[in-house]
Amino acid sequence: MATQTSRGGDEFIKNLAKIYGFYTGGFLAFVILLAILEQVGVPNRILGYLFVFFTIVVYGVIGVLSRTAQVSEYYVAGRRVPAFYNGMATGADWMSAASFVGMAGTLFLLGYDGLAWVLGWTGGYVLVSVLVGPYLRKFGAYTVPDFMSFRFGGNFARFLAVIVLVACSFTYVTAQIYGTGIIASRFLGMPFEVAVFVGLAGILLCSMLGGMRAVTWTQIAQYIVLIVAYLTPIVILSTKNYGLPIPELTYGQAIADITAREGQMIKEGLATAANLKPHIQPWINYTPLNFFAIIFCMMVGTASLPHILMRYFTTPSVREARKSVAWSLFFIFLLYFSAPAYAAFSKLEVYTNIIGRSIEDIRPWMFTWGELGLIKVCGKDAASLQTVIDACKAVGTNVVRLQDFSINTDVIVLSTPEIAGLPYVISGLVAAGGLAAALSTADGLLLAIANALSHDIYYKMIDPNAPTVRRLMVARILLLMVAVAAAWTASTRPADILAMVGWAFSLAMAGNFPALVMGIWWKRATTAGAIAGIIGGFGIAIFYLVCTRYFPGYGVSYFGMSSLPSPAGTPLVDLAKAMAAPNAMETWVAASHPMASKVGWFGINNIAAGLIGMPVGFLLIYVVSLMGKEPSREMQAFVDSIRKPRGGTILQEKE
Amino acid sequence: MSQQTTAHQTSANDEAHWRKTTNLMWTHLGIWFFFGYVVHMFAPALNKIIILGFPLGFYMAAQGSLIAFVVQLFLFAKQQDKIDREFGVAEDD
Repeated sequence: MATQTSRGGDEFIKNLAKIYGFYTGGFLAFVILLAILEQVGVPNRILGYLFVFFTIVVYGVIGVLSRTAQVSEYYVAGRRVPAFYNGMATGADWMSAASFVGMAGTLFLLGYDGLAWVLGWTGGYVLVSVLVGPYLRKFGAYTVPDFMSFRFGGNFARFLAVIVLVACSFTYVTAQIYGTGIIASRFLGMPFEVAVFVGLAGILLCSMLGGMRAVTWTQIAQYIVLIVAYLTPIVILSTKNYGLPIPELTYGQAIADITAREGQMIKEGLATAANLKPHIQPWINYTPLNFFAIIFCMMVGTASLPHILMRYFTTPSVREARKSVAWSLFFIFLLYFSAPAYAAFSKLEVYTNIIGRSIEDIRPWMFTWGELGLIKVCGKDAASLQTVIDACKAVGTNVVRLQDFSINTDVIVLSTPEIAGLPYVISGLVAAGGLAAALSTADGLLLAIANALSHDIYYKMIDPNAPTVRRLMVARILLLMVAVAAAWTASTRPADILAMVGWAFSLAMAGNFPALVMGIWWKRATTAGAIAGIIGGFGIAIFYLVCTRYFPGYGVSYFGMSSLPSPAGTPLVDLAKAMAAPNAMETWVAASHPMASKVGWFGINNIAAGLIGMPVGFLLIYVVSLMGKEPSREMQAFVDSIRKPRGGTILQEKE
Repeated sequence: MSQQTTAHQTSANDEAHWRKTTNLMWTHLGIWFFFGYVVHMFAPALNKIIILGFPLGFYMAAQGSLIAFVVQLFLFAKQQDKIDREFGVAEDD
C-alpha cells in the first residue's frame, strides 16, 4: 500500500479501497496467526509484544512513506482526502483513550448517567456540520486561528485563538498519553513512567515526518484496528450468551438480567440498597442539571475543538466536507452505540462471576490488574491471593460483596475478555485497539498544537518571510517539544482521563464557539466584539475550572460559590466545617481535598465550566460589536463569500 | 441573529440562498435539541416501556438518539447541497 503513498498521485486516491481492503485482510490474518500461536503454546507475554510492536511498526511505516515537505500537504494533506476516508480518519482522531478505554468503563460504573458522555460525544457533529465546519473549509485556512485572524482582522485575535487552542489541546493530549501509558505498562510490563515515553515515540514517528498527510493515512489504518478490536470481544460474547452476533440488539437481555441480578444481590445481602446503583435508573450519579450540562458542553465542545475542525480542511470541496462530517459520525457511532453493550456484558459477568464468589475462587487475571493498583478487593490492591484473603479477613467476609470490590473504570474494556474467559489473543487485540485510539488522537492533537505554533505564531507573527523548509523544521521541533512536555505532565498522573478530557472540551467551547459562530452567522460581529468575547468567555471558564479545583476556599469566601448538590439534593461538602479546617482557603488545594471540585455556581460541576463561559462570550460579542462601527465593506463581502460553496478557497497560501 | 442593514450590497439571489440556509439550520438545530435533550428529560417515564429487554428511556440515550443524529447529518448534507444547487452557488461536480 505504502509505495503508492510516497508517489501520492491521483492513482493513490483512486486505489484507496483496494489498499485499505488489503490492509484490513492483512491485519485479520495477523490476528489469526497470533491465535494459532497461542494454541501452540506461545506465552501471553510474547503475544502482547507482537501485537503492540507489529501495529506500531505499521503506523510508523505509513508515516515514513507519507512524509512530505510541501506546505499544503503538510498542513491539509493537499485537500484531496475523500469524504468517506476523511470520516474514518476523523473517527480515529476523535476516539481517544477516553472513548475506547474509558467509555464502557464509565457506563459500567455510572449506568444511565454515563450516557451523557455518549450523547455529548456524538450530537456535537450536528453542530459541526450545520454551524461551522463547511464554512471554515470554504475559507481555506490551515488552522482555526487563521480564520479568527482573517475574520477579526489582525494578529491579536490570532494570538488569542492560539492560546485557546493550546490550552484545550494540551489538556486533551496529556489525557491521551496517560492512556497510552496505562496500556503499554500493562501489556509490555514496564513501569508507567517509562511506558508513557515509549508510547510517545510511536506517536512522534507518525506525525513528525509528514504532518497532516501522514497523520491522515495513518489514522485510517488506526481506525480499522480500533474498530475491529472493539467489536470482536462483544460480538463473541453476544454469540456465546445469546446466540446472535449483534451485541447492539442482544444486550437488552443483558440489561434485563442485570436488573434481575441487582434485586437478587440485595436479597442475598451481597449489596445494600445504599451502595447499589441500578444500571438503568437516571440521575443517581449526576443531578439532572449536570447530566444535561455535560451533554451540552461535550456537544458544543466538539464543534469548537481545533483538531477536529481542522480535519474538514482536508476534503476536496465544501460539499465533501459536509458529507465527511456525516461519515465521521457514522464511524464514531459504530463504536459508541456498542459501548453500552460492552458495559452491560461486562457488568453482568462481574455481578455473576465475581460478586458472591468465595475469596479462594478469585480468578488469577485480577492479580495482574491488582498489581497496578487498578482492582481492589476488600479495600486493598488485589496483588495476590494472599493479600486478598488477609484483607477480607480483616473486613470479616469470605465472599466478595459488591462493596468489597472496586475496579478502575479504565480497566473494564481491557479486562472484559479476561473476565469472560476468552483467549488471550482477544486481550492483545483489545490492547492494540486501545493503543491505536490513543495514538491517533494524540497525533491529531500534537499536530494541531505544532501547526498553531509554527504556522500562526512563527510564520504569521514572527517571520512572514521564513522559507518553507524552515517553517516545517520549526513545526517538527515544536511538535517534539510539546510532545515531551505533555508526556512529562502525563507521567505525573494529574487526574483521571475523563475529567481531563471534559475540561479540554469546556475550554474549547468557551474560547472558540461564540467567535466562530458569530463570525460566520452574524456579519455585524466586529474585531473588538470577538476579542472581548474570547477573553471574557475563555477567561471565566478557566477561572471557574482553576478556582473550583485548586482554590475552592477563595471561591466560597469571595466569589459566592456554594457546595454542589448530590443527586439526592444534599450538599456534597459541609461548607462550614470545610472552611473551618486549617488551610482551607489559603493556597493550592490538593485534588484529594474534600472541597476540591465540589463547590461552584448554580450547582454546575467544573467539567461543564464551558456552560458558564460560553454565554458570557456570546453576550460580550453581541454587546461590544453593537457599540462599535460595523465591519468594513470588504469584511462583509468576505462573510458573504464563505457562505457560498462556489468559487475557490478564499485564503490562498503561497507554497 | 438578526441581520443588520449593511452598506455592502448582497444580491437578491444570495439573500434568498442564505435565508433558506438559515431556515435549514434552525430546523436541524430543532431536531438536534429534541433528540439531544427533550427526549431524555422524560427518561424515567420512558423507562417503564420495555422493548426486547431495553427500557425505552435508556435505549433512546444509548442508541436511539445516536441513530437519529447519523441519519440527520446525511440528510442535512443532501438538503444543503440541494439548496446550493437551486441558487447556483454549488461547486462544480
